[in-house]
Amino acid sequence: MSEILKKKSKNRVSGVDRFLNFIRVVMATLIVVGVLAFIGQQIWPENPFAEWRNPDARGLTGDQFKGLIVSGLSQGAMYGLIALGYSMVYGVLGFINFAHGEVFMVGTMSGWIMSEKLNDAGLWESNFILSLFLIIFVAIATSTITAIITERIAYRPLRNSPRLIPLITSIGVSFFIQNAALGLFGPTSKGYPRLPEWLSKQRSILTVEVAGTKILVVIVAALSMGGLWYLVERTQTGRAMRAVAEDKEIASLMGINVNRTIVITFGVGGAMAGVGGILWGLLFRSVTHMTGFLPGIKAFTAAVVGGIGNMGGAMAGGVFLGSAESIAPMVILEPLGVPGVSQLKDAVAFTVLVLVLLFKPSGLFGERLSQEDRA
Amino acid sequence: MMSTSLAPRKLFDQNWKRIIFWGSICALSQVFICLVGLPAELDRRILIKSTLSLGYLFIIWVPLVFGYVVSKMVELEGIENPKPGPADLLSGAVTGLLGGLGLVILMLGIDNFDLRDPLLNWNPRLFRLLTFENGIGFGSMVWLLSGVGLGTLGAALHQMTSRIRKMIAYATFGLFILAVLEDVIDDLSEGLRLEWLSDMIYDKKGGVTVTSAIVIAVVLALIPMVTRGKIKEKVTQYRSNEEPGDQQRNSIILFALVAVVFLVLPWFLGGIVNELLANVGLFLLLALGLNIVVGLAGLLDLGYVAFFAVGGYTTAVFTSPNSPWFSPETHFGISLLAVVVMATLAGLLIGAPVIRMRGDYLAIVTLGFGEIIRLLFLSDWLKPYLGGSQGITNIPGIDLGPWEVRGADPRSVFYMVLAFCVLAIYVSWRLQGSRLGRAWMAIREDESVAEVMGINTVNSKLMAFVVGAVLASFSGAVLAAKVGSVFPKSFEILVSIIILVVVIVGGMGSITGVMVGSLVLIGILGGPRQPGLLQEFQNYKLLIYGALLVFMMLKRPEGLVPTARRTRELHQEEYLQDAWLGDDDSDQQEEAGERV
Repeated sequence: MSEILKKKSKNRVSGVDRFLNFIRVVMATLIVVGVLAFIGQQIWPENPFAEWRNPDARGLTGDQFKGLIVSGLSQGAMYGLIALGYSMVYGVLGFINFAHGEVFMVGTMSGWIMSEKLNDAGLWESNFILSLFLIIFVAIATSTITAIITERIAYRPLRNSPRLIPLITSIGVSFFIQNAALGLFGPTSKGYPRLPEWLSKQRSILTVEVAGTKILVVIVAALSMGGLWYLVERTQTGRAMRAVAEDKEIASLMGINVNRTIVITFGVGGAMAGVGGILWGLLFRSVTHMTGFLPGIKAFTAAVVGGIGNMGGAMAGGVFLGSAESIAPMVILEPLGVPGVSQLKDAVAFTVLVLVLLFKPSGLFGERLSQEDRA
Repeated sequence: MMSTSLAPRKLFDQNWKRIIFWGSICALSQVFICLVGLPAELDRRILIKSTLSLGYLFIIWVPLVFGYVVSKMVELEGIENPKPGPADLLSGAVTGLLGGLGLVILMLGIDNFDLRDPLLNWNPRLFRLLTFENGIGFGSMVWLLSGVGLGTLGAALHQMTSRIRKMIAYATFGLFILAVLEDVIDDLSEGLRLEWLSDMIYDKKGGVTVTSAIVIAVVLALIPMVTRGKIKEKVTQYRSNEEPGDQQRNSIILFALVAVVFLVLPWFLGGIVNELLANVGLFLLLALGLNIVVGLAGLLDLGYVAFFAVGGYTTAVFTSPNSPWFSPETHFGISLLAVVVMATLAGLLIGAPVIRMRGDYLAIVTLGFGEIIRLLFLSDWLKPYLGGSQGITNIPGIDLGPWEVRGADPRSVFYMVLAFCVLAIYVSWRLQGSRLGRAWMAIREDESVAEVMGINTVNSKLMAFVVGAVLASFSGAVLAAKVGSVFPKSFEILVSIIILVVVIVGGMGSITGVMVGSLVLIGILGGPRQPGLLQEFQNYKLLIYGALLVFMMLKRPEGLVPTARRTRELHQEEYLQDAWLGDDDSDQQEEAGERV
């Protein structure tokens, strides 16, 4: 009897597994066929395989392709910065801080207010570098404070509750901050002031034409990442953070102030989101109360892609996701004959999340989590 | 039990740091509420004629609550607290005063600086509202005095006997509910030919009149005086005496009574209130489905709106003559079969990949699926089948032989929704105690243990997804027939979140809780696009939903109408502590939990 039961349950379980394998195979096939068709178009546009699904497609010119990669990279660097916050909080507390996207939005919003004021005062045009430092400073300050306050009010009392409870709370926090921004600043889209000519003009780097803003974004992201790496790997505070991430109880036995370390983690994550917010403002030059929502979810995707809890992975995941989302519609979907591919950019990002979790749930670079979080 | 053997504190023996902390938070929250625009926007809604509008109510509850909080004593086992006395009143008063000071500073700020550029509500309108159009001096006096008064009152709540506290609670909440329900009562009294009743209570221009407010408050306050807790006593006595079987029978009778009331009620109600009830029903249907997924099985599905959309779109494709791809028009009944099939498929398709994921990954991935489905509905790619951003229009009503259910006749829609809701309630009720339902609850509590106990977790979870999906798709189908069109815009992620709030506020896993939750939240505040009784809230709904979600999670994660099992799960540590402190105590607790 028990053997029959065992066999039966085994069969049932493998039904789902078979289905998952089926999805894996279908998705992999689609991607491979799409890429092959794209390569076919590039090499010989008239060949029957390239024309099979989409006879109109003629592939991309070299410049278009380079442009896609560059915008993907700069977008991805921003996702990476936000993803760091998700990754750090997940590593330390083991829950997804859904409101982190809103922390990013707060940074963008405060940067907008500051830049408006600086523009009115004339400093924006006369001394752009100084004003850039000022708005970055303001954005970091507000985002950090927002992150710390949410931690204090919403998450600290729930530290030992079941895992879904803080997640649901963070959804509430996210909606609260979003709509508080709506109430305070109104629903209209706010524009950053015009950037100086020397920054925004096209430059050519290694035969690629790039807008100067995108270079700035990548440089600032790299600098922040370097600073964070130094903080986490080389300082006392960073060691405390890693210890708390590994095991809170033992860390506190070792004389580490766990509460303080968690607050620092939130603060540093918030600061990174603030930098990301300013970069968003420079790149897209507009902000609304909804700005944080999609980038937030995508940044979480980036954190998962890179392996949650793993900081280098978060940055790499961000770059990967940014490039995938700008390239994949043109390279995989267009040759497959899907019209209006640019609308599906966001859908691609979410599909990447599903695919990563289907193929390699621990992310591309492996998770770095303590034992208790892996359960 | 309060330990009150110590003498009360001296008047100025205060923890000033704590008072200043809470006072400044009180001030900040009042200023925040003003700047978010709640008072200005809600000032249109008058609760008590020429005395109190909803906008002012949103400012004045703050010092009351903070006065209550600041004078609350932490009760610790084995430590005696001093007796509450005038010192506590003083701390409440100072907190309220600081709150009033915040408003005074805000008024001075608006008068002297111009911050309108980023802050939308930094405007003369708010200034007029705060000063009562009588200058800063008058406004400051009023706010400072009312802050002191309300703070003291909040602190005094600790020192009143429970009967007086109950009287105050009955009077204020009763009045508030009466003022909020103005539309419904107006409508109902018209239907029952009792116009004199509503004319007596309400003013012509809206709001309760001052005299009737006083009369009603006094009457309501007398209720606890007269009953003196006898009703509650009776109920507990009755509950503890009854056999479980009898209790079940009684709850069935209660449900039947409620059902009969809802069957008869619509005939006495006008279009607006019926429309409101129909919306509540639609969201109740969704919430009941999500209650199975989140409440029973513990799978936090944030992409729940996807199933709603599948139901709506399937109905649209099958019944509308305008659907671009499937030209034959079928009857709603046939399309309903298609809806069930499609929803089941969607449930399996979304459920299967996420079934092995950790709880929080599952939440985000389902959120992703919800967005993917919406983006697909919106895309040019599926436009030849589903109409893209223009959606599908011209969906006919439901033809039921002698009756027709269509959007223009909200009463018929309400009955249709009611039928589906009754079905959903029956299904959830039967499932709850079934083998599958118990399996779900076991999975929710501990998945690995459940698996070891021989539960097929994969199949059970998939079943939860499918059942939830089918219920949501019914709601989508009725919505499509009611509105007559479907657009991708109606199926945003917001819907999922609002339903989640409904389920959580009501009580995860509790059918009654979900019913109460949707009636209160959707009925009063409204759904994502549907206005509720307080239409003025339209722009602030989500703000309040967000705050509510956080508050519930912090203070009462088991919801307003909790189930015993869920409560015990969430307060496990407290129970364990109680058990550690004294065995007798914990037994009683257990029993109390059982009875809830």
